[in-house]
Amino acid sequence: MTLRVLLFDDDTERAATLRAALQEAGYEIAAQARSAVELMACVRVAKPDVIIIDRDSPDRDTLEHLCMITRDDPRAIVMFTQDADRTTMREALKAGVSAYVVDGLSAERVRPIVDLALVRFEQWQALRQERDQAQASLAERKVIERAKGIVMKQRHCSEEEAYRLMRKTAMDRNIRLSSVAESVIAMADLLT
Amino acid sequence: MQHDEQADKTRFPAPDDARVSRRNFLKAGLAGGITAAGILGMVPGGVKSAAYAGEKTGPEKPNVRFGIIPLTDCAVIVVAHEKGYFKKYGLNSTVSKEASWANIRDKVALGMLDGAHMLAPMPIAATLGIGAVRKATVTAYSMDLNGNGITVSNALYERMAKADPAAMKERPVTARALKKVIDADKQSGKPPMTFAMVFPVSTHNYQIRYWMASAGIDPDNDVRLIVIPPPQMVANLESNSIVGYCVGEPWNERAVAAGIGHTLITSYELWNNNPEKVFGVNLEWAEKYPKTHHAALMALIEAAQWMDKPENRIEVVKIIAQKSYVNAPEDVVKMSMTGTFRYSHGGMPRPLPDFNVFYRYAATFPWLSHAEWFITQMIRWGQIARPLDIRKTAASVYRPDIYRDVAKALGIAVPTINYKIEGTHAGHWTLTQASEPILMGPDRFLDGLVYDPAKPIEYVRSFRMKNLKMDLAALAERND
Repeated sequence: MTLRVLLFDDDTERAATLRAALQEAGYEIAAQARSAVELMACVRVAKPDVIIIDRDSPDRDTLEHLCMITRDDPRAIVMFTQDADRTTMREALKAGVSAYVVDGLSAERVRPIVDLALVRFEQWQALRQERDQAQASLAERKVIERAKGIVMKQRHCSEEEAYRLMRKTAMDRNIRLSSVAESVIAMADLLT
Repeated sequence: MQHDEQADKTRFPAPDDARVSRRNFLKAGLAGGITAAGILGMVPGGVKSAAYAGEKTGPEKPNVRFGIIPLTDCAVIVVAHEKGYFKKYGLNSTVSKEASWANIRDKVALGMLDGAHMLAPMPIAATLGIGAVRKATVTAYSMDLNGNGITVSNALYERMAKADPAAMKERPVTARALKKVIDADKQSGKPPMTFAMVFPVSTHNYQIRYWMASAGIDPDNDVRLIVIPPPQMVANLESNSIVGYCVGEPWNERAVAAGIGHTLITSYELWNNNPEKVFGVNLEWAEKYPKTHHAALMALIEAAQWMDKPENRIEVVKIIAQKSYVNAPEDVVKMSMTGTFRYSHGGMPRPLPDFNVFYRYAATFPWLSHAEWFITQMIRWGQIARPLDIRKTAASVYRPDIYRDVAKALGIAVPTINYKIEGTHAGHWTLTQASEPILMGPDRFLDGLVYDPAKPIEYVRSFRMKNLKMDLAALAERND
């Protein structure tokens, strides 16, 4: 499958060079935008896999907003810059997805950099999902603990008994244990 | 977890503060009002920096690069650079004009900039990883109060004036007339109108949302709210890509001067003396170069003191209007910088003496309650989707402790509390919980609501219009 690239640069000459390099490297240029408003329309309509933008473009803020509102459907972003500072580039790569820095625009360098960006992006996505899941289960456990305490106090029962009661309710109603716990807490807040 | 909560509890209302207050009071009394800065003031310029360098062994990193965005409120960094305040404290500064807020944040995170002009909510967002890679960022210096406005196109202004003439005559102007226009559009099946602001985690985003929501407009569903870089606002308003925006100066005045739009309300009128920009650095940098950080803060405080004197404002205008900084006509920059504001083309400028506040009213102090207010708005609009410890987060980003060390070295008055209630003062008042009493400005909100930093969750709950992405009960649990 060909990767779809959205190229965003207000410098036409530079954009033309990069465009040629990307096409030569086998990418499909889905769209080319020139202003913040155009950029938004392009992302919505063209649905690119990769967005390439000049690090010093003022429209990065627009792009960032767009990524925030479509955060369930994120895309890799590659940035290019004229800086030839290797350390900065390495730091940027370490920092993660929104900071891929390409120094220079030569055709032979484009493909490996975009490919690397994509790999890193996928790794980062996977890590983030793992982290989110871990956080969610931790939060759930805390809610369950708290609800258990309320049930124990209300029904003067043991911890095991409280847990069993909540689990039974969840199974009877076919809902998650954490939802039962949330309802218990909400009820307790309402009644005390 | 338990330990953290214990630690947090002691911070508010902070019994420590009372001790600090007494100590400073005694110190001030004993010194007979002759402070370190006072003594330095008697020494000629060249000797001063040498004396300072000898005493404190100078900054660890004398060559510093600070980033700015071309807006009038970058002024304090530019003035500290141009008027030699950084130099006075041993810093060889470079001011770097940046193209976007994302660039500012990334360059500060990567150490390409030592510090920068940041939107007040930005260090919090960077620390939490909202919309970006997580990087602990701190601020010990608030750059200014107020400074933004909400401007709409002439066409929308006329529709609003027709829809609710009474509401449009009130001051400050509410969004009631806009609500009527939106309702009419819905009736006739028109798509929502598009407004712009400058960054997802900006004061501007929270201000335009606050203004709309207080009139019953849902900023996530009744309108489209997009990000456009400040210098592109006027052109987009003119080409009808957007119908209005919330932005800092000179971009409201520019639209008014060109006869393209009307400014409806300034951020001062939305929330008197609201916090606007901060000087942000990354935490790692602050820990590695504490003396450099101190030197920069001393220079910024002195620059702000100089700038806040009305007689110096014209010089400020001349400095920042230059091409290498804001790059706008002097008369446009001058309007708000000298305490006036023109809302409509051809209209008389109205006095708004507090449109830009750089030093007075403890403007430079990084209030933890301000940091928490931004967190409440991030929660209110679903930018923070997971329960967090509000108090702890705010205190890890806003650093009044560092500010106090600097204030002590300069011998200036400083608040001894970190939190203040907002929305209860209609006029000037005196902050007595300070090393010396400090004159403060009004702090009311447009809708008369009160923000009590002791009850952030109740505050979020009290908003009728909100788009939460978390359960407030779970949030309350994290903030017991």
